[in-house]
Amino acid sequence: MSEGVTFEDIVRGRHIVVCCGTGGVGKTTVAAVFAAEGARRGRNAVVVTIDPAKRLANTLGLDALSNTPHEIDRRRWDPSGTAPTGGRLSALMLDTKSTFDHLVATYAADDDQAERILSNRFYRNVSTALSGTQEYMAMEKLYELHEQGGYDLIVVDTPPTRHALDFLDAPRRLTRLLDNRIFRLLMMPTRAYLRVASAAVQRFLRTVSKVVGTEVIDDVVAFFRAFEGMEEGFRNRAASVLALLAEPSSSFVVVSSPRRDAVEEAAFFAERLAESDIPVEGLIVNRVHPAFGDEGVEGLRARAETLAEKRSEAGRAAGDGAAPASRLAELYTNLADFRQVAERERYHMAGVKARAGRAAVAYVPFLSRDVYDFDALAEVARHLFTATATERARAG
Amino acid sequence: MDLARFCSSARVFIVAGKGGVGKTTVTATLAATAAGAGLSVLIVEVEGKSGLAACFGRPPLGYEEAELAPRVRGRTLTPDEALVDYLETHGLRRISKRLVRSGALEVVSSAVPGMKDILVLGKVKALELERAADVIIIDAPAAGHAITFLMSPHGLGDAVRVGPISKQSTDVIEMLSDPARCQVILVTVPEETPVNELVDTAFQLEDRIGVQLGPVVVNACYPEPGVAASVEEVQQLADELGVFVSRREATDLVAAAEFRRERYVLQQQQADRLAARLPLPQVRLPFLFTAELGSPEIDILAATLATQVEALPEPSWGRVTVP
Repeated sequence: MSEGVTFEDIVRGRHIVVCCGTGGVGKTTVAAVFAAEGARRGRNAVVVTIDPAKRLANTLGLDALSNTPHEIDRRRWDPSGTAPTGGRLSALMLDTKSTFDHLVATYAADDDQAERILSNRFYRNVSTALSGTQEYMAMEKLYELHEQGGYDLIVVDTPPTRHALDFLDAPRRLTRLLDNRIFRLLMMPTRAYLRVASAAVQRFLRTVSKVVGTEVIDDVVAFFRAFEGMEEGFRNRAASVLALLAEPSSSFVVVSSPRRDAVEEAAFFAERLAESDIPVEGLIVNRVHPAFGDEGVEGLRARAETLAEKRSEAGRAAGDGAAPASRLAELYTNLADFRQVAERERYHMAGVKARAGRAAVAYVPFLSRDVYDFDALAEVARHLFTATATERARAG
Repeated sequence: MDLARFCSSARVFIVAGKGGVGKTTVTATLAATAAGAGLSVLIVEVEGKSGLAACFGRPPLGYEEAELAPRVRGRTLTPDEALVDYLETHGLRRISKRLVRSGALEVVSSAVPGMKDILVLGKVKALELERAADVIIIDAPAAGHAITFLMSPHGLGDAVRVGPISKQSTDVIEMLSDPARCQVILVTVPEETPVNELVDTAFQLEDRIGVQLGPVVVNACYPEPGVAASVEEVQQLADELGVFVSRREATDLVAAAEFRRERYVLQQQQADRLAARLPLPQVRLPFLFTAELGSPEIDILAATLATQVEALPEPSWGRVTVP
């Protein structure tokens, strides 16, 4: 059997880990688990979160959006003091707008250009409201942290969306927008032939300005005028970010639940990455029901039925004979129900595992409470990083 | 509360909730329930590709209405589709496709915050006014987005003070704040974080948007378990009945029963905590152990929903915050 990568390999050796998947599957939790485990192994780890639940945010010391990571007191994530000295853990909650502002300031030719853009109303809308901007800025923040140096492990959460692929597709909305040729043409009024060529666009703009107001169009044109000269810087930056993500030291981990829709999304995602020659290195399925043995569902239901019949016979004969049969029948029905769920979940999980190639796979069971403190994060970690966990997953 | 009255208490129901709680299932269930009460239903999918049609055993929805079940039709209405629709009805049909391809559309719609959302809601309002169905049910974007989605007409700001978009916004705000025209049905599962998020969302919707909240749906609740048993007890039962149960099987029976009981208790705690924090009527839908969710399962859920709605007192809701 060929050796694939393990979660151990990822947390010990990778520089960047990106956690992908649909919303509601536990991505932020998994991202926090990876970072905490990295720190526990003596690495300087940071986790970039997008929209953490309040209690997890509290645990990570995140009470506000920020551009700079906040370091978490060692005693909180390593109370027993057993982690190697180099271990550090930091976290940040992505501030999309200020990350974008910082990018503008970096690529502007001077303060004046930066100011014209930052105060532009169209820019302000795009930097907060355009879908895809958040994904784009999460990757930008990752690149910044990487460039800054100092972090051994950078773990990135991705925005919760219905479709896992939004993470890959959405940023293109921003790049297309910034690259928009039509508006760039409009910015050169002295070239008459261009004006003629864009008559249809002019007509469109006139109609649109009747609908949204001329001020809005003016804002847009002003933005592109101000932005002139920065397109190349942005484009190069975006290319550098993609190159970083394609390096062997970067790892994509897909998080899913056993539900059919989450599993489908995970599979689409893995396939799309594979098309770009980027393998998904890890697959984590959260909230898995226990298997409760391996009896077939039909056999169990048949037993329940037989017992139920016994109950009605006993009932007819009167007396207490009814109760035991009915209790046992109920237990069998319950087991049959959970076996049915388990079978269905394993069927889905086998499907996505098949499309994940040589990825490390782990199944995390339902935990008896929500995961938001370091103890609970450690419990999840036990399902990912121990040798036992790896073998169990390999076996099936 | 009378089922038909409940289903027609608003012309538009917006089903909202965090990702993964079963919004789509609840949308399908609500539709089946309303259809069962004799009403015609139009389901509108705003995010696209939500698997809603699969609940009825049908192929995925498109921009044109398709029949999903007797008295139930469905269609998509994504922000991009709403934008193109708007342009086409305002004399730009011929060039609209080119504008989409060139990206110019994207630029302009980004210029006005929430413009596309306003257009989606505007189209919903148009469907409501033309009485496209007795009941229109919107499968809304996931929680956080649902708020910006519904906030969009309020967020226009100075940029667009006059003109058609502004008028759309005003009309949409009117619809959203009229309980007889529009209600939001929030969905959650009985777990700590989803419950917390639902409560936050509910208060935000009421405070910032002033939309009427209908009953809250708590999805995927385990049915009440029976009495506990130990492995020894199980084997005793087996002996009494003269049947053979291996030790291994007895262990599995007991483990499954214990698991169900533990999770049931946790779930009840969370559902009760939700009721304490949010004074809205609650409907609890069962976790279904069967295979994929399809038409038969939706019918089971619809029957449960109907029973619970009929058990709700009337009038069954007021505001959760003091106006």
